[in-house]
Amino acid sequence: MTTDPRMLMHHSDVAVSVELETPDMTLNLGPQHPSTHGVLRLVARVDGERIEEVEPVVGYMHRGYEKLAEVRTYPQITALVNRIDWVSGFANEVAFIVAAERLMGIEAPERAQFIRLILTEMFRISNHLVFMSSYPLELGAATPLMYALRERERVLDLIEGVTGGRFHPNFNRIGGVKPAAGGGSNQKNVVQDLPAGFLSETRDAMEKVLQVCDDMVDLVLGNEIFVVRTKGVGVIPPDRALAHGVSGPNLRASGVDFDLRKVDDYLPYDRFEFDVPLGENGDCFDRYLVRLEEVRQATGIVLQAIDSIPSGSLRAKVPRVIKVPKGECYVRAENPKGEMGYHIVSEGGRGPYRLKIRSASFSNLSVLPWLLEGVLVPDIIAILGSLDFVLGDVDR
Amino acid sequence: MSGLFDNFWVMLVVKLGAVVTVVMVLALVIIYAELKISAHMQSRIGPYYAGGRWGWAQPLADAFKFLQKEDLTPADADRPVFKAAPMVMLAGSFAVLVILPFSPNLIAQDLDLGIFYVLAASSVGTLGVLMAGWASANKYSLMGGLRAAAQLIAYELPLVLAVVGVVIQAGTLSMVGIVEAQAQPVFHIGSVGIQLPYLFQGQVIGFLIFMVAALAELSRTPFDLPIAESELVMGYLTEYSGIRFTMFFLGEYVGIFAMSSIAATLFLGGYHVPGLDADVFGPVVLVAKAMLLVFLIIWFRWTFPRVREDQLQGFAWRWLVPLSLANIAVTAVLKVAL
Repeated sequence: MTTDPRMLMHHSDVAVSVELETPDMTLNLGPQHPSTHGVLRLVARVDGERIEEVEPVVGYMHRGYEKLAEVRTYPQITALVNRIDWVSGFANEVAFIVAAERLMGIEAPERAQFIRLILTEMFRISNHLVFMSSYPLELGAATPLMYALRERERVLDLIEGVTGGRFHPNFNRIGGVKPAAGGGSNQKNVVQDLPAGFLSETRDAMEKVLQVCDDMVDLVLGNEIFVVRTKGVGVIPPDRALAHGVSGPNLRASGVDFDLRKVDDYLPYDRFEFDVPLGENGDCFDRYLVRLEEVRQATGIVLQAIDSIPSGSLRAKVPRVIKVPKGECYVRAENPKGEMGYHIVSEGGRGPYRLKIRSASFSNLSVLPWLLEGVLVPDIIAILGSLDFVLGDVDR
Repeated sequence: MSGLFDNFWVMLVVKLGAVVTVVMVLALVIIYAELKISAHMQSRIGPYYAGGRWGWAQPLADAFKFLQKEDLTPADADRPVFKAAPMVMLAGSFAVLVILPFSPNLIAQDLDLGIFYVLAASSVGTLGVLMAGWASANKYSLMGGLRAAAQLIAYELPLVLAVVGVVIQAGTLSMVGIVEAQAQPVFHIGSVGIQLPYLFQGQVIGFLIFMVAALAELSRTPFDLPIAESELVMGYLTEYSGIRFTMFFLGEYVGIFAMSSIAATLFLGGYHVPGLDADVFGPVVLVAKAMLLVFLIIWFRWTFPRVREDQLQGFAWRWLVPLSLANIAVTAVLKVAL
């Protein structure tokens, strides 16, 4: 079997009487390719349009965050970790900060926890809207992109109003959240922590988000071609998903009822009512449907939270120089893309001795070689897109 | 002066020149329409600055930008084939227009085998695509080119069979003849003869099959697999740049206009509208009808996702071919019975 592309392209010297053989072709998708979400490289052995074998090559986006964290102080690391999965920046910070707080034995005030929760859910909405818009684009439908991103912009505006940043808020502080602009670190103006009009604007935005969800049901899920492209494509059975450590919406689309917001207590989710949407078949269609339902649930959580947000301070009493006592702690959180965990090993210094980051996309991607075996080339893109990963989250 | 225009060859050159110029302008208009319509469908504004108002000069600006770009040929490419491919594609699109009647007399050449010629000429463009895919020495291009070839074979058949229904009803293959047949009154209410295009004379299924197959021939969404930019980067266009890319681009839009106006001629009465003098208003009427179909094609493009290769083939062979055969049978029976 030859792998030299020129040998594969020109068969003019092959005698016609010889029985024609069809050699496999090695197709190299990425690291630069329109739909690999960054710098994922897939080396596929294809027989015509059918995939025989796929080998994902990751690491092009490796930035060495775990090593960098060893030479950074805890407050500096929040700026690093929100760049791991840049589509849901704030959500990355929470688990890390909670882990550090637990080691120090402090807990953020309730109001700060509520703000964390609201922002996390807003980033979940934003992340899923990006998925809901870009996935049809990968299947060739360009217009849903604009509709969902338009409403996502409203959510990002709200986030920007609170934190000052759209993607990388860097808003968490050990013991709470960053005091509002102008308030200074002495917390005298705690009343100004959320911008004026935030609550009413949030209600408006959530209404628009729910509306665009309905639009997506009509425009995307109701589309005959979308259904035939995604139903029964890329099926991950529950046991396979668990074996590969798949988490988040991808796992729930396979019908496994596991949501860290329900089973863990890193944020006060137990005070809100929400459902965990589950899929039945674990195919691309279900993964889309589950994310769409999650957006609806997330809007419900945000609305409940802004109705019941307690007043009070934004930050617990913390020493001027933050030092974390010796010990180990692992905190995991339900990120929009799945389980995000931080294992901090502290030797008592201003930064961690070792930080292990468990990111959702890496485990979610590990199912890919098994999933892509025997599918057609167009299905690579359909399946790849449906897993909703970010290369920064894979490589760290 | 009159002696010069009596010469067959001079007239031919003049006619062809006129067709090419008019169609080039129409292609630019369609590109502009696509930019604007897609923008409004996506809650955007679209081109805004070029030309001073409404961004009307955007397609021109795009074309001139492409012309300035370097015309690259990959080192491993089959150079003559690579360079000829865009011309074949463009020639195929233009060749169709030769027999397109804009009015009873405004036609480059009315062939007796008109519609037969159309179907033959419209597949030449796909040859260009296949050449481009093969000669680029790029795996994505190759897959795009082969997809285009498979698509052509699958959809050429329903396209031809859909036309047969019209041909049976009209009793002629000549394009002008088909339009004139639609200008005949179908029945009379009092002394007023009611003229109907074939779409309303029972060729609804034929029309739908023709439009679907035409979309596939043109590689437009939902059948844009040869380009499929999320899978094959840019398909057979991957290695093209500069003026050769522009030629493919233009060829695509000329093809859209050609297919739409053929559909308009066959199913919507062509240049004929009851009560209007075809000699005067013919061209406007035909272009208006064609633009209606162009809008439809643009609308599809910005609404539908792309089908998969096996689904594309299955749709053609399992649905379109049997349906169009049934359409022919029913049309033929009715033609004889009535």
